[in-house]
Amino acid sequence: MEKTTGTIIGVNGNMITVAFTGAVAQNEVGHAEVAGATGTLRLMAEVVRVRGRKADMQVFEDTRDLAVGNPVTFTGNLLAVELGPGLLKQIYDGLQNPLPQLAAQCGFFLQRGVTLQALDRNAEWAFTPRVKPGDRVSAAETLGTVPEGIFAHRIMVPFAFQGLWTVRSVVPEGFYQIDDTIAVLADANGRETEVSMVQRWPVKLPITCFSERLRPTATLVTRIRSVDTFFPVAVGGTYCIPGPFGAGKTVLQQLTSRFADVDIVVLAACGERAGEVVETLREFPELPDPRTGKSLMDRTIIICNTSSMPVAAREASVYTAVTLASYYRMMGLNVLLLADSTSRWAQALREMSGRLEEIPGEEAFPAYLESVIAGFYERAGRVRLKDGSIGSVTIGGTVSPAGGNFDEPVTQSTLKVVGAFHGLSRARSDARRFPAIDPLESWSKYPSIIETSRVEVLRTVLRQGNDVAQMMKVVGEEGTAMDDFVTYLKSELIDRIYLQQNAFSDVDAASPLERQRAIFDLLERVVAIPFSFNDKNEARHRFARFTQSFIDWNTTPAETPQYETALAAIATLATEASHS
Amino acid sequence: MNTVYHQIDQISGSVITLRATGVKYRELAEVTSRIGTSLAQVIKLDGDTVSLQVFAGARGVATDAQVRFLGTAMRVPFSDALLGRAFTGSAKPRDKGPELTDNLIEIGTPSVNPAKRIIPRNMVRTGIPMIDVFNTLVESQKLPIFARAGEPYNPLLARIALQAEVDVIVLGGMGLKYDDYLYFRDTLDESGALSRTVMFVHTAADPVVECLLVPDIALAVAEQFALQGKKVLVLLTDMTAFADALKEIAITMEQIPANRGYPGDLYSQLAARYEKAVDFEGAGSITILTATTMPGDDVTHPVPDNTGYITEGQLYLRQGRIEPFGSLSRLKQLVNKNTRADHRTIMETMIKLYASYRETLEKQTMGFRMTDWDVKLLKYGARFETEMMDLNSDIPLEKSLDCGWAILSDCFDADEVGIPSKMTAQYWVPTPGKSRG
Repeated sequence: MEKTTGTIIGVNGNMITVAFTGAVAQNEVGHAEVAGATGTLRLMAEVVRVRGRKADMQVFEDTRDLAVGNPVTFTGNLLAVELGPGLLKQIYDGLQNPLPQLAAQCGFFLQRGVTLQALDRNAEWAFTPRVKPGDRVSAAETLGTVPEGIFAHRIMVPFAFQGLWTVRSVVPEGFYQIDDTIAVLADANGRETEVSMVQRWPVKLPITCFSERLRPTATLVTRIRSVDTFFPVAVGGTYCIPGPFGAGKTVLQQLTSRFADVDIVVLAACGERAGEVVETLREFPELPDPRTGKSLMDRTIIICNTSSMPVAAREASVYTAVTLASYYRMMGLNVLLLADSTSRWAQALREMSGRLEEIPGEEAFPAYLESVIAGFYERAGRVRLKDGSIGSVTIGGTVSPAGGNFDEPVTQSTLKVVGAFHGLSRARSDARRFPAIDPLESWSKYPSIIETSRVEVLRTVLRQGNDVAQMMKVVGEEGTAMDDFVTYLKSELIDRIYLQQNAFSDVDAASPLERQRAIFDLLERVVAIPFSFNDKNEARHRFARFTQSFIDWNTTPAETPQYETALAAIATLATEASHS
Repeated sequence: MNTVYHQIDQISGSVITLRATGVKYRELAEVTSRIGTSLAQVIKLDGDTVSLQVFAGARGVATDAQVRFLGTAMRVPFSDALLGRAFTGSAKPRDKGPELTDNLIEIGTPSVNPAKRIIPRNMVRTGIPMIDVFNTLVESQKLPIFARAGEPYNPLLARIALQAEVDVIVLGGMGLKYDDYLYFRDTLDESGALSRTVMFVHTAADPVVECLLVPDIALAVAEQFALQGKKVLVLLTDMTAFADALKEIAITMEQIPANRGYPGDLYSQLAARYEKAVDFEGAGSITILTATTMPGDDVTHPVPDNTGYITEGQLYLRQGRIEPFGSLSRLKQLVNKNTRADHRTIMETMIKLYASYRETLEKQTMGFRMTDWDVKLLKYGARFETEMMDLNSDIPLEKSLDCGWAILSDCFDADEVGIPSKMTAQYWVPTPGKSRG
């Protein structure tokens, strides 16, 4: 097919209008040429609308100096990413350019028109074949594996291959570079194709060559008590964290990315502060993975398109992230994708929609916002692969609602398609009650680590305690009945020692499953005690002692002798209380 | 590229449209009309139709005005000669000094590669307890001051400019009253801080387009100083005026507004400026402190709202005080562990107790009986407000912390403030004769 070419006939912000000859596809990628200081720069752009012989394209870079008449070449391909060994530990921008390598080449600042290959071409990988000549294979079936960190990275039949293929040849065990041919496959008509360790996949298309989708039924342990117990996330499920600024969305995501019980974490820093990504970039290589003891970075991929980077690439970045996550799912791994923040991505859609002069929906967001969000979250899921193993992609997205008001379009569109909702509240964060997940407004459709009926008991106390607190604001403490006051104190205890977690304490920041169960048992016992007090000061003091002893335990490392002592101390207090 | 065009087809707001060829996006042009010469920037290309934003506004621009394209984007001069000077929003001298023309640098350049950023590690001391102790400012931080119009945010910024331990101050004024500009100039001059300051000031009477340029110019200059190894503090006031200028231009350009008339890319526009804050490894740093007025004292207004999502915390200025609740320096955790062992304890305890004081105050106004605890809180709250919340102070951090312990010890018993005993044993100030409550 002949390459389509065109010329720029209009520039408006990051959108260019191109008159072309030949054929172009929707979402096809092209390059606009512009004279730079050191020669011609080629700026990547994507077709977003075609009208007659004119295509509107969003440019993934700054459009400064583009002029009418500049040539544009089309690639014939959709926006795609490279999939192959070596993705882990990488830090990419939204278009899969490796940022550290860009820094090595360009210095402090990001330069336009510089694109680098996503994967290291020279690295040698120890390939072990899993098929032999004559085997019949189809898309996504394993041809062989290479070790990538602690994982056996499957080299698969490219996902785009349709029908059954016959293995003609496969290379013997040994070291190969990713572009080396490792197998030759023949299709039903006998046409042969060489396969290497790397394949490309268009980011906006889901990867669906697995055998079936399964229901997400297992809890994904995040080690955040209020999540795991009260508002659990499932392996292969979806959840969202909306909250006003300063409510701790990002800290929550960072903690999840460190402690969640998954194989691989893909972080999509989408239009948020660069400083936050930096904390991850710089800290992860130093931090141990709680599961393997190796560096956390070994199981992490970071897609980083921060707020001051080009807007169009921000839109691409969430798709890049989900495509990489889905790729590792095809190896039977559990992958967690954390997107911060989906609102910035929605705003990127809005900006483009505005430039296209489309009829705006609510708050000027495009009318297709809902279906785009739904399409993204639907790429999560737990799946059975063709070889019977099971992999999953769990998606957690933060939402940054304007004014902290959850009635805005992005939050509402997201709530319709996720399985759990962790609403952060300004009132809680102002009161320094972190994580600020609102215990009354949030919900989850997934199973908890503790039996539902037992969780419900505490949830009821929380709700009643909140009612009493509201009432007390009007009638004062002396106007409150002792029973109500005790309920209030109980709810405050649950909140203080179970829902709240100190992210800056090494011990309390992450509460493993056994620990959560142990403390839940005790808490349940305390809450069930029918306290009777002579006056409210006595009640307050008794509960202060409980709070203190629980907190002491929460901050005691599990390996120390004090661990059991502190646990026993709470039990003693509880026994005393139930006998008095 | 020196063709002069004489035929303007359309004039709307500060935007003029004409037919021209070979024009590059974002290129500058000189527009000469009866009332003078102004720069203008290309903001849209559509075939051979070029839309230009005239910096001085289109008022008085005739349809036969001369338009000459310059072939480059907006640039500003950079050298040490900038220090002590004041300029307008298009980098022309506002004081009596000479015009600078050498070593031109581009503005609005690409952002820093996130992989080259480092974790912030240095505190910026300001001598104001509410900032140093409770909301520590950190090098490379971006922090806005949210305030209602009428709050003393400009005097606060001026005080920080005087006291902050940095090498260079770049002050960007947007929509400033002329009086405020003079106030900044005189205050900095009197204290001798002017010699380390560069001012780019757009006053309310100046053309609106210049308002848009101020942050870009100020930050481009700051970036050059930082690359030379200087610790730079950029003060921008008022970012709401900047956003309003964006709105004005967007509406003129017939863009579809998103929220309350602001353009849909408000977040990206603000972020592009704020994200210039950086700590260059092996060179200097840029710290950004801005004033963002909240129309109607409403934090959900699009400007403070979008700002809050971009910046690393915020300070609320209310009734002349930095409000302890809601105010937050997101980066303080990175530095306050290295200041003094009791820093975090004082910070957290005092704020928690102050919150309880506020509740007690509410109870008191509603006429409820005051318990012993309430009485203690009332005493504490009053001392906290006069001694810690005063913004007209210049106290080193360590002294502020000592002051904190003195207040706590005077108002409470050591075992009722929720501080680990190890800490109270070391810092609690024994007060003889205080009866146990």
